[in-house]
Amino acid sequence: MPQWLFAFLAALAIIGALGTILQRNLVHCVLGFALVLIDLGVLYMGLGAVTVGFLQIIVYVGAIMVLFLFVIWLLNIQADTGVRGGASLSLKLVGALAAAALAAELFVVFSHAPKLREVRTIAPAFGSVATLAHVLFSRYLIAFETTSLLLLAAIVGAVALARRLAGQSAEVAAMPSQPGSAARESRREVA
Amino acid sequence: MTPIIDYMALSALLFAIGAIGVLIRRNVIVMFLAIELMLNAVNLAFVALGRRIGSMDGQVIVFFVMTVAAAEAAVGLAIIISMFRNRETVNADELNLLRW
Repeated sequence: MPQWLFAFLAALAIIGALGTILQRNLVHCVLGFALVLIDLGVLYMGLGAVTVGFLQIIVYVGAIMVLFLFVIWLLNIQADTGVRGGASLSLKLVGALAAAALAAELFVVFSHAPKLREVRTIAPAFGSVATLAHVLFSRYLIAFETTSLLLLAAIVGAVALARRLAGQSAEVAAMPSQPGSAARESRREVA
Repeated sequence: MTPIIDYMALSALLFAIGAIGVLIRRNVIVMFLAIELMLNAVNLAFVALGRRIGSMDGQVIVFFVMTVAAAEAAVGLAIIISMFRNRETVNADELNLLRW
């Protein structure tokens, strides 16, 4: 990947990431994150990991982000206080400083690794579906089969958790149909 | 060609932004998104380093991380829905029933 293209994609990823954590509207947060994910997918393809790049876009943007959007729309969360509300100022300050220190520490560690500066060429088949599948279904076969169990458990768990129980139905079921309730609306705004 | 260290720097930056997001926001959905952002930052490091050593293992691990992230998103969002049903809030500071 040429250097200018990487610089462009990196800038786009950082803008999207900042948008994810700074915007007030939750839908905008999710869209900012979707931008980061598509961007990372393109970076993976530039690194030769074509299959993983496409999987990233299909699974993350196509499935996980849509799930987030559905939940935001289902809960009907209008607006958020954004960064101004939320955690106390001291916590924000300490958090920002700690994260900056973490980034600085990682930069120092990486800059002391001279092998990271070398550029290596890769075989043309690197990252193709066939190569990935070969590794996945030989050395990582057991792990691959175990993930199917994990997904099954996640499906059952999600349905069991989000299911409306018989006892709690009446008041909660009426919730979306009463948008005029002032107290509820204001609480939702605060949230 | 871009050296791998640039990818690692981007990965570190994205991870730090995700960490800030978890710390400064109190909305559980945004905190969840920030956690996913950190997962993706690490994925980028895996792919970049896997390319550096010429091994497919990094990509396979990214594949598994994606699967776990999908399961995590499904269960986590179900928990958020169930929390919102009971307390009508997604603010982490108001969900303090178990606080000592």
